[in-house]
Amino acid sequence: MIRSHVLICGGTGCTSSGSAVLIDTFEEELKKNGLEEEIKIVKTGCFGLCALGPVVIVYPEGTFYSQVTKEDVKEIVSEHLLKGRIVERLVYADVGEDVKQDAQKVVALSDTNFYKSQKRVALRNCGVINPESIDEYIAMDGYAALGKVLTEMKPEDVINVMKESGLRGRGGGGFPTGLKWSFTAANQADQKYVVCNADEGDPGAFMDRSVLEGDPHCIIEAMAICGYATGASEGYVYVRAEYPIAVKRLEMAIDQAREYGLLGKNIFDSGFDFDLFIRLGAGAFVCGEETALMTSIEGNRGEPRPRPPYPAVKGLFGKPTTENNVETFANVPQIILNGAEWFASMGTEKSKGTKVFALGGNIKNTGLVEIPMGTTLRHIIEDIGGGIPDGKKFKAAQTGGPSGGCIPASLIDTEIDYDNLTAIGCMMGSGGLIVMDESKCMVDIAKFFLTSTVDESCGKCTPCRIGTVRLKELLDKITSGNGTLEDIDKIEELSHYIKANSLCGLGQTAPNPVLATLKFFRDEYVAHVVDKKCPAGVCKDLLRYKVIEDKCKGCTACARVCPVGAISGAVKQPHTIDSTKCIKCGACIEKCKFGAIVKE
Amino acid sequence: MKSLAELAAIREKMKDKVVIREGSGDVRVVVGMATCGIAAGARPVLNRFVEKISEEGLSDKITVTQTGCIGICQFEPVVEIYEAGKEKVTYVKMTAEKADEVVEKHLKGGKVVAEYTISAVNA
Repeated sequence: MIRSHVLICGGTGCTSSGSAVLIDTFEEELKKNGLEEEIKIVKTGCFGLCALGPVVIVYPEGTFYSQVTKEDVKEIVSEHLLKGRIVERLVYADVGEDVKQDAQKVVALSDTNFYKSQKRVALRNCGVINPESIDEYIAMDGYAALGKVLTEMKPEDVINVMKESGLRGRGGGGFPTGLKWSFTAANQADQKYVVCNADEGDPGAFMDRSVLEGDPHCIIEAMAICGYATGASEGYVYVRAEYPIAVKRLEMAIDQAREYGLLGKNIFDSGFDFDLFIRLGAGAFVCGEETALMTSIEGNRGEPRPRPPYPAVKGLFGKPTTENNVETFANVPQIILNGAEWFASMGTEKSKGTKVFALGGNIKNTGLVEIPMGTTLRHIIEDIGGGIPDGKKFKAAQTGGPSGGCIPASLIDTEIDYDNLTAIGCMMGSGGLIVMDESKCMVDIAKFFLTSTVDESCGKCTPCRIGTVRLKELLDKITSGNGTLEDIDKIEELSHYIKANSLCGLGQTAPNPVLATLKFFRDEYVAHVVDKKCPAGVCKDLLRYKVIEDKCKGCTACARVCPVGAISGAVKQPHTIDSTKCIKCGACIEKCKFGAIVKE
Repeated sequence: MKSLAELAAIREKMKDKVVIREGSGDVRVVVGMATCGIAAGARPVLNRFVEKISEEGLSDKITVTQTGCIGICQFEPVVEIYEAGKEKVTYVKMTAEKADEVVEKHLKGGKVVAEYTISAVNA
């Protein structure tokens, strides 16, 4: 008889920090202590707190152990599982004052600041069920939504529920999902398709991967529901080959669903047929664009095609197609089961429900968080994210990856939803949220994102292929100290031109990081151009290392560590740095005990 | 899968196996499982509670957990029952058979089995 479950994260984050070894060690230790009949080990998907992995949760207490090593396992088994004494030193306990004061209280996962204000809809099963077991998914009301749809609802009812719920595309665009489905449903054809876009490519974004790894069945269920609503009998999941765990679990899930007859012919004896196939992407960023993605599924080179015709009219293999992102689909079964009203009760007026963000950058709790729409950026960063490490100040948050913009510190109280972000010249994007502290140079950040779009431009249309390269050259000119004020105007003009004339979303959004940083941090651009200085001290060409004479004791430590012999001076005399030789490696600053070397 | 009933059957069968992870039962049965408790026979008591509660279909309402030494080693195995809004009840010198009785009378019937509580033993 099982009395306790030990959940071990098997997501990509924790797998890379060694969770697979933990599972084996737990099994060994349980056997040694004769507990294998009482305690069950469950490998789950992502819990969200990736920075502190590998993560282990023990139920029924809900005790949350972080950064567990192989050596710790022995102690958890012999202390917690055998004797019931929680191993306090391993418990993650970043909690509010109310919990701290209650000495009796055992800190559970749900008490921590990180989890407390999250609202898990898309991630509801991630870190809770074993993603490789269809039975566990069913136990969590899995496939009940599909059953309800097929036995009680007409396709148009399903579309109406989706419309009323207010669900909008979570891939970035924010197009109303119900409306999208209704377009495909309205077109007559001998064959229609459902496509799931799992080609998550934004740097720092990994919410789609986590859903596929932690709850693959919910995507299968949602796609079947979409198929029924729009009249499609086949679906494709386009997932990056760089997500091996996600691909494996999805393959397993599809096999299990077929075995149970939840995919295939005549599902629930309703006469509805639906089957699902996986296509692996080779890692081209442009394939996240819906028309390029479909071209790639068809076996061609992943290039976008002009719209119209829209996919709802002429999509995959020239047939009407509905394409949604993983996170969008992950919401669907819950909306069917709990009703449109339930979903619409969360969020803001025009952005309903929740949004998953991949929190990264200069923040304590890197990981995955799901919050109701309308939560302020301040709450996400300071409370859930645990703030900026090393006492540094918050400067800006980047959303939407290479297509997005940034939110400066002055707008930290912005309530995050589609329209508020658009209003400040930013975008929701797929949900990457990169937090930056004061040590980041915004011109450099713009250049970083632009570099990735230059690399990823497919080359089909000129504004994107050539325009982004020219734009990057202008940024290079500025960061190397050779820019003029005229160049800043040119950057703006060219950015607007690229946005207006590119064929697909990649080019149309590529200049966004540049425009957003220009809007909020124009003074930094000007400082690079006029003062020839990088205020954050990032752009190497504009840095000068200097010895402060009064502080220098002439110990020669810096001169000895300098790899290029740029520092000279007699013993016990102030040294000097020859800036023509200096390669700005920073070795001297680290070596100096007197704080006598500065960069400016 | 031909019918909703089939799906429901799997769900019912599995529900018990995952409900433990919701961890939010209104009632908590806490078994003292320190060295003294284990030596006095707490393990069969703990296991019996888990089994019996599951047999009675109460797993979604009642959470069985363990704790360390409560400090009254001479009375082990000790089991404490916490119910929202009620005084904690402490059962002492428990056995698997007594566990059955406590589930039947206390957890199902709502009546404390006074003779097994610490106050009865102390008196």
